[in-house]
Amino acid sequence: MAYRLTSKENNMKTIIDEILEKPHSGEGNYTSKDFKPDVDVRWCAGCGAISVLSPAQRLMPELGIPKEKIVFISGIGCSGRFPYYMDTYGFHGIHGRALPIASGLKIARPDLSVWVVTGDGDNMSIGGNHFIHACRRNVDMNVLMFNNEVYSLTKGQYSPTSHRGQITKSSPLGALDDPFNPVALALGASATFVARGHDKDRQQLQQLLLQAYQHKGFSFVEIYTNCRIFNDGAFDLYTNSDTREDHTIFLEHGKPLVFGKTKNKGIILDGYTPRVVNLEQGEHSVDDLLIHNEKDSTLAFILANMTYNEDLPRPMGVLQNLDRTPYEDRVVEQIQHEVEAKGIGNLESLLLGSSYWEI
Amino acid sequence: MNKIVEHLDEVTVRFAGDSGDGMQLIGTQFSDTSGFAGNEVNTFPDYPSEIRAPEGTLYGVSAFQVHFGSKHIHTSGDFVDVLVAMNAASLKVNLAFVREGGIIIVNTEGFDERNLKLAGYSTNPLQDTSLAKYLVFAIDMGKELKKAFIEVEIPSKLVQRTRNIFALGITYWLFNRPLEATVSWINKKFKGKEDVIMANAHSLQGGWNFAEKNPDFRKQFIVDKSALPPGKYRSITGNQAAALGLVVAATKAHLPLFLGSYPITPATDILHAISGYKQYGVKHLQAEDEIAGITSAIGAAFGGSLAVTTTSGPGLSLKSEAIGLAIMTELPLIIVDVQRAGPSTGLPTKTEQSDLMQAMYGRHGEAPMPVLAAASSADCFNMTLEAARIALKYMTPVMLLTDGYIGQASEPWRIPNVEMLPDIAPNFAPDPSGFKPYLRNPETLARLWAIPGMQGMEHRIGGLEKEDGSGVVSTDPMNHQKMVELRQKKVDGIANDIPDLEVIGDSRGDLLLLSWGSTYGAAKIAVENLNAKGHKISFAHLRYLNPFPKNLGEILHQFERVVIPELNLGQLKNLIQAKYPKRIIGINKVQGKPFKSVELEEKLSVLLTMTNLQTWDESVSNVGIPVDL
Repeated sequence: MAYRLTSKENNMKTIIDEILEKPHSGEGNYTSKDFKPDVDVRWCAGCGAISVLSPAQRLMPELGIPKEKIVFISGIGCSGRFPYYMDTYGFHGIHGRALPIASGLKIARPDLSVWVVTGDGDNMSIGGNHFIHACRRNVDMNVLMFNNEVYSLTKGQYSPTSHRGQITKSSPLGALDDPFNPVALALGASATFVARGHDKDRQQLQQLLLQAYQHKGFSFVEIYTNCRIFNDGAFDLYTNSDTREDHTIFLEHGKPLVFGKTKNKGIILDGYTPRVVNLEQGEHSVDDLLIHNEKDSTLAFILANMTYNEDLPRPMGVLQNLDRTPYEDRVVEQIQHEVEAKGIGNLESLLLGSSYWEI
Repeated sequence: MNKIVEHLDEVTVRFAGDSGDGMQLIGTQFSDTSGFAGNEVNTFPDYPSEIRAPEGTLYGVSAFQVHFGSKHIHTSGDFVDVLVAMNAASLKVNLAFVREGGIIIVNTEGFDERNLKLAGYSTNPLQDTSLAKYLVFAIDMGKELKKAFIEVEIPSKLVQRTRNIFALGITYWLFNRPLEATVSWINKKFKGKEDVIMANAHSLQGGWNFAEKNPDFRKQFIVDKSALPPGKYRSITGNQAAALGLVVAATKAHLPLFLGSYPITPATDILHAISGYKQYGVKHLQAEDEIAGITSAIGAAFGGSLAVTTTSGPGLSLKSEAIGLAIMTELPLIIVDVQRAGPSTGLPTKTEQSDLMQAMYGRHGEAPMPVLAAASSADCFNMTLEAARIALKYMTPVMLLTDGYIGQASEPWRIPNVEMLPDIAPNFAPDPSGFKPYLRNPETLARLWAIPGMQGMEHRIGGLEKEDGSGVVSTDPMNHQKMVELRQKKVDGIANDIPDLEVIGDSRGDLLLLSWGSTYGAAKIAVENLNAKGHKISFAHLRYLNPFPKNLGEILHQFERVVIPELNLGQLKNLIQAKYPKRIIGINKVQGKPFKSVELEEKLSVLLTMTNLQTWDESVSNVGIPVDL
């Protein structure tokens, strides 16, 4: 909703309202082709980012919103090119600043569907401050963070998600830093929707993007994307079809934490500590297992902290999904409340101020 | 007893005390009352960057200066006629500003042993001869307040907090001012707290009565109404005027207003004002940092808002990269820089004009943008409207320079009739047929603005170089050359759409004083005063710094000598010398304070005695610094 006072009619309509009132293009009549612009995709062959593009293009027609109301915003890095490959409105920002650009847009224009595509360097390093504040502010947007655990566009330096000891061009003897755990960082900064997916399961990814879209508020999806050139195979254990069943666990709200190729393992809580149990040895059954509850923040932290624990499967899926009024709605509520209390602002009395005199 | 009445054209009063003594408050009240009384007024709040510095210290002194008169008032006053000093430290810090024979009203409670020691006085200046050159009224305000409240039942704790109001009452008597405006302010401010209202109102009257009955107060001063054009007036600071200008500009452009900002002295008052305008549909984001302030505004601009970010020097440095993004994406954006003394944290609460070069060139790449500067507090309103007009018409970020002085100082503002102000037309794309994001208006070179929600015009823009017309990312060498030149040409072309520079006085001659920004007032007065003595100095003032008015070069050519006074070491001087074949003489001051007109008069007087143009030494340019330093 956009308000503005025009001095004569004393209403708050603006040009934006005129645009919003115009009929919009065929809702629900799109195919994924409508979202593919006539440009070549210039990512390297086999890049994980390409695997996110097609789920995104396939998802858009399902949203049932006019495509002129969809905006993709990015920062700098390989991920930054994403908006050029979506035939919607798009904005390629500067390094680290996609989130405040998107926040300003969404606050000004709550009618739009705003998507941010960023990377582990863009979002966790140079844009780290914006990230934590965007999490707590809860502007309704969907943030897809391509995590390849390396700086790729600058040709191979370690990133804030690189693991300690990682050999890169700027760490020939091994990186000395410990990595961020992006989902834990997002939870710690009060993000309402936090999820993780990967580039080898496009259907699952499309489902996660849909859930992110459906969540009203700030939605953060970390996506493991393989960089073939500078960090090839970093996620093989968690993404390849022959190993991922045993090394990841897909979280589903209300369901027990079962994993393994033959669904033979599960997670129990021992105090606050998650442990793997075998379901085939008679000691434990599915009934003993931890039940996922995406509304439970304490549980979300416990699950997020399984991430770098080698004895535990890596959590994938939706870790947390909380309901909290988005920031831009509060802005509109505040305006409405003020208008109800004091009436629509009168420009003349604003200029006169609290005390004036006449000559 | 009969009091003597003397008429004066202009007076400067300075209220000084501890940071917590309420000096800014009574200064503002005195200024408003002078405005109500029909005077022209100019104020100067001078306060420390500490919020509540330890009591009685020299660095904790807060002052508020009011210059008012029956003639045109363009500065906050060179010399103080009346100083109100609530303690020894405030006398010590401010005595140098008081003219010989001036009046000093002190509260003797602030001159006990401890206060004298903190102020560095070895003997009490009220008891030795150090104030012999002044007319001093030494008053035990606490004691006098007690007397004034003898028959009024108010808790003495409340009464003792109204010393500043008591001092204001005395000052009102001195200038025979009505108390009504301040009484009605007290009633509004403390609504519902009857005893607080009573304490303040009675204290104000008590101050007046004290002076009226005291035989030492023999003379009252009358400053008549000035000949301002008829209309409705209010007192306004530059920051308030900029905030109002933004709301009016958005209305005139039929756009929503969005402010993305991060608090920084002395610009924060614009954020404060805008955040209270929810009734007008205004949206603002107090961002996590300066960069988020401007980038959120860029996002809002992409979405079709009149987008603004406000800041001061250090914040402007942080915004540099994002300004380049706005230049590259050719989006309308207003950046208000309320300049302060730098570099780095510098003197955060003190004024300077030293961001000009940063405003012009402080970006990587060839990144031209229009730069405007407001001349006075009230002019901030006009120049904000101008910034919006240029931003929306030309699809460009625009820098509006104000500074800590005019941002916080107030003067009377003739309130405009909103209906009479012209509409602003954004450069929206008319329809999707043949739409491309970098198609340009052939006259203005502005690209078309299509915003999300407009059907059939979906497009992608960003910081990468784009092909002209289509807006598709391009690394073609010749295209880059063309785009760099186009962006420059677009900004240069704005020269055809701004007023010519106006010369006051002879259009050719020996000496032209050329000012910009907040130096307007002091420069104008200096020229008027010297010309009244029979000299012939012409005067011009620049509001448009990029591009310059078309006729600037021609005007410079008409004068033997051109002098530019600036609160920096010669930034405009260098810009002009780089563009025009003219040697400029600078008068420069970097002391965190605005020019006094007398400082400019002195320098110009020296120049007038020099017939050989080569004899002006750069070292005499610097105000207040001995030549042999």
